[in-house]
Amino acid sequence: MSTGILEFLTIFVLAAFVGNEVIGRVPSILHTPLMSGSNAIHGIILVGTILIMGEARGTVQITLAFLAVILATLNIVGGFVVTDRMLEMFKAKPAERAAKPESGDGSGDAGPGGAK
Amino acid sequence: MTLNTWIDLVYLLAAIGFILALKGLSSPKHARNGNLLAAVAAAVAVGFTFAYPEVRAHALNLVLTLVAMAIGAAVAVPAARLVKMTAMPQMVAIFNGVGGGAAALVSIVVFLIEAPGKPAVYRIAEILFGVLVGCVSFSGSAIAFAKLQELMTGRPVTYPAQQVINGIVGVAIVALAIGTLVTGSVPLLVATAVLSLVLGVIFVLPIGGADVPVLISLLNSFTGLAVAASGFTLNNNLLIIAGTLVGASGMLLTRMMSKAMGRSLSNVLFSAFGSVVTATGGADGSGETRTVKTGTPEDIGVLLAYAHKVVIVPGYGLAVAQAQHTARELADLLMERGVEVFYAIHPVAGRMPGHMNVLLAEANVPYDELKEMDEANPEMATADVALVIGANDTVNPAAKNTPGSPIYGMPIINADEAANIVFLKRSMRPGFAGIDNELLFDDKTTLLFGDAKDTLTKLVAAVKNA
Repeated sequence: MSTGILEFLTIFVLAAFVGNEVIGRVPSILHTPLMSGSNAIHGIILVGTILIMGEARGTVQITLAFLAVILATLNIVGGFVVTDRMLEMFKAKPAERAAKPESGDGSGDAGPGGAK
Repeated sequence: MTLNTWIDLVYLLAAIGFILALKGLSSPKHARNGNLLAAVAAAVAVGFTFAYPEVRAHALNLVLTLVAMAIGAAVAVPAARLVKMTAMPQMVAIFNGVGGGAAALVSIVVFLIEAPGKPAVYRIAEILFGVLVGCVSFSGSAIAFAKLQELMTGRPVTYPAQQVINGIVGVAIVALAIGTLVTGSVPLLVATAVLSLVLGVIFVLPIGGADVPVLISLLNSFTGLAVAASGFTLNNNLLIIAGTLVGASGMLLTRMMSKAMGRSLSNVLFSAFGSVVTATGGADGSGETRTVKTGTPEDIGVLLAYAHKVVIVPGYGLAVAQAQHTARELADLLMERGVEVFYAIHPVAGRMPGHMNVLLAEANVPYDELKEMDEANPEMATADVALVIGANDTVNPAAKNTPGSPIYGMPIINADEAANIVFLKRSMRPGFAGIDNELLFDDKTTLLFGDAKDTLTKLVAAVKNA
């Protein structure tokens, strides 16, 4: 186990650099969704809570682990759903906006090309 | 290959998925797919975790795990689906907090399991880190939630000897942590956890409501680090990578957010000490009753209808009143009359960076009518009317002119440069930052009090008749 610590430290340092690089120049309109998305990603602590529940013995440990699984599930499920709802709003719907038919040509609703 | 190697391989793939997801989330085009990718990666990783024999060794534990997951999902899905768009920020805060709580609990249970066997000092250190950071994130997020949900005041909470108390709590935590390291005692670890919860509360209390988004981002980063610490204790690469990714990118994002507000992070976190006094003092000092000019919807309707250029400055008040659709109706009506209209979006309009864009996108306002602050400000001087809907702090000239003000240095939308300024406001109550706005008393300013949706509906009617 003690040989592993250096290995884990290496992974930790490399991941820190990747985390810093990967989000790059994010526009300010995406700050909130990005925060929310990364919030969901750390919900992967659920894996940790499941592992620890497997090893928990006795009422105290099992109760705490049970609570941990609930909290982690809230984090991961809620996080992804909220982020998805935020990003749903970013879909541009130009067709819907120009939905008012100018004149009843019959083929009018087929081509949104002339919208505006 | 052994079963464990297969699981590790799946974890590696999930980690790659998370990295690509974060990359996707930072570009508007790929953001949604990025989030879906992360969700799939997480689901696969969680699924394969059940392949570990240890997880399935005890039927009772396995059943309890599944029950707990079912409970969590049953609460999370409706909560996340039904929450109003305006309440998203506090939703993020609460989901972040429970993640921190989960990480702290994992570390605590590991300690309970290993404590009888006198664990090595470095293992206790990993555990302590997870407990401390996780607990701070948990209780800090809870207070942030309460502030945003307006369960408590959004203003900075200050009290006498605040810094002394903070110092005592900090020293006590360090002492308890050292004690735990040396003795490996369970009660000492529990005491550290409790004091960490207290630290989270007193750390967040003095932070003003307008700064809470930056704070949530910071706490999000903290939770990432707590998850990474749990990864160390459990020897789990996926937790280390995912937690560290979030910790590092979250820290960077936090700095970007405070930069968008023209502030340094330390200014955001610690400015309440001292500066609040000057702010309230200033408001009281100019105590002589000053008059504001109020207008009727008809007056303002005419003003708008015969303008050449109208800039709409939306704020949280618009969001609260769910008035984004009515605002768009008014804008469309004006544009039909040949008035040039665009929306000037402050980076932190609403409650969070980008929050207003989400709300207006919900009302199908096209992108090209939304201008970011830097793009909008040069055009303000040529605007006939700046129509400020439920915004206050983001147009407060004190940010430019009053060095003592808590928001001094924050970039604002230069509504004061427009020929006329119209405020649609609910009341004379100051904005979220709790500071008076000089602009309300300006000669060029007209106020229309009321719920934003209500007043906008009246304006639509007035413009139609103009």
